[in-house]
Amino acid sequence: MQRVPILKLGDVLIVSIQIDLEDQSVLALQEDLADAVVQHGAKGVIIDITAVEIVDSFIGRMLATIASMCGMLDAQTVVVGMRPAVAITLVELGLSLGGVRTALNLEKGVALLDHIRSATP
Amino acid sequence: MSGEREVVIAGSADVVGVRQLVRSVAVEIGLSLVDQTKIVTAASELARNALVYGGGGDVRIEIVTNGPRRGLKLIFTDEGPGIPDIEQALTDGWTTGGGMGLGLGGSRRLVDEFDLVSEPGKGTTVTVTKWSR
Amino acid sequence: MSVHADVARRRIEELLRTHEERIVRRWAEIASAPSEELKELYRALLAALEEGKNDLADVRGLLAELSRSRARAGFAPSDTARAVFGLKEAVYEIVEADTEGVEAARGFVWFSRLIDDLGLFTFETYAEARERIILDQAEQLLELSTPVVKLWEGIVAVPLVGTLDSARTQVVMEKLLQTLVETGAEHAVIDITGVPAVDTQVAQHLLKTVVAARLMGAECVISGIRPQIAHTIVTLGIEFGDIVTKASLADALAHAFKRAGIEVSGGGNARVVIRAERV
Repeated sequence: MQRVPILKLGDVLIVSIQIDLEDQSVLALQEDLADAVVQHGAKGVIIDITAVEIVDSFIGRMLATIASMCGMLDAQTVVVGMRPAVAITLVELGLSLGGVRTALNLEKGVALLDHIRSATP
Repeated sequence: MSGEREVVIAGSADVVGVRQLVRSVAVEIGLSLVDQTKIVTAASELARNALVYGGGGDVRIEIVTNGPRRGLKLIFTDEGPGIPDIEQALTDGWTTGGGMGLGLGGSRRLVDEFDLVSEPGKGTTVTVTKWSR
Repeated sequence: MSVHADVARRRIEELLRTHEERIVRRWAEIASAPSEELKELYRALLAALEEGKNDLADVRGLLAELSRSRARAGFAPSDTARAVFGLKEAVYEIVEADTEGVEAARGFVWFSRLIDDLGLFTFETYAEARERIILDQAEQLLELSTPVVKLWEGIVAVPLVGTLDSARTQVVMEKLLQTLVETGAEHAVIDITGVPAVDTQVAQHLLKTVVAARLMGAECVISGIRPQIAHTIVTLGIEFGDIVTKASLADALAHAFKRAGIEVSGGGNARVVIRAERV
């Protein structure tokens, strides 16, 4: 099983998924992220899925779970870089990822996090 | 690749393997990027279903033709407990596995043809086809 | 019966071989086609019959070729079929002159049926060729009719014009989403002013696109909803939920400006103020 690395930039954690996700890797990522958020006292999490070719219901559920889990640990989550084909497929599948914030790319994701934090001091 | 291929689904690494193989065949028969993504996603759902609910199984991958159109046909078979109420299993939100319950109904919406045969105690066979546009 | 049929068939084959030159010449006259082409076809037919396996693959190949070249030369498909049917007339003249019993006449029925099949085959080939042209053109049309235009930095629009069917809506929507990725635009306007009617399927596609854009991190506004379209949508019971809809493209642009934090002050010399911060 491959593990997805978690990078720290200030008080933001960045996860860039570059592998074909196996279910175990997905579950491990959920745990690793929760640990890392607590350990670093992170205020934001960015999950970059630019390289992800498919998001099925399992991976979709992981994104939703991470968002609500991090929310409970007081960190905002933004999913960035979803491909058009992936978005269209998710809609057809019936997943709307309610509660997950999204941005077009990493840069806009960082800006969105800044914006959210300036709005809620 | 020509003809058929059969892959055993025995572990979660095999689900990834099925995805990759389906993707390569989908590219070969000239499906659009969106259609590739749809059939690969459906394959991922169905392979996981066979693994989680059927205790493992296999998938046969075939290239089919209909006039000038080419299609990709996937046949997932498991010998698990089967599905007692198919109508219910295809309903969104219905699950026994702790998932979101979008696997079967969702994959039906991602493909052009969907056929489910199941007999309690004997197993389940799901056949899906995606045609090139 | 089958013995009879066999004898009859052999007699026809014999006649076809013996009178080859005459038949081809007569056929060319009737069909008003170059005898070279017909001769090749005739030879292939003889060869196929000789093998006795009814394997007409070669003959069909040649016929398809003939059918295509005649279609290009402007012949109607019925002309081509008639040219093939001409062979029956040419052969019949030989059969009529045949003095050795009724075998040839009997065999002619079989032969006639064979030629009918081949004639119809040219029709099929013609229809197939046409179908391919139509498919190609439909594809070209799809590509032509999908402009995504940039209205402002970070704001793009798709002005939809004409009847929307599922395939076209899908292509337009894919292109819009792709443009969002390429340009990094966070606001999109789908303008349907030029669309005469919206049915359930098209409305579904529009909705799905808006949701897909949201998943990617962009907001879509649908504009140009004319009164009767609003009426249909409500009558069909389609839920637009929290999706923003505007009557005109101008309203949609104003909305996008507001969302993007761009301020426009009106008057004779309209001035656009862009604030550095997002609101």
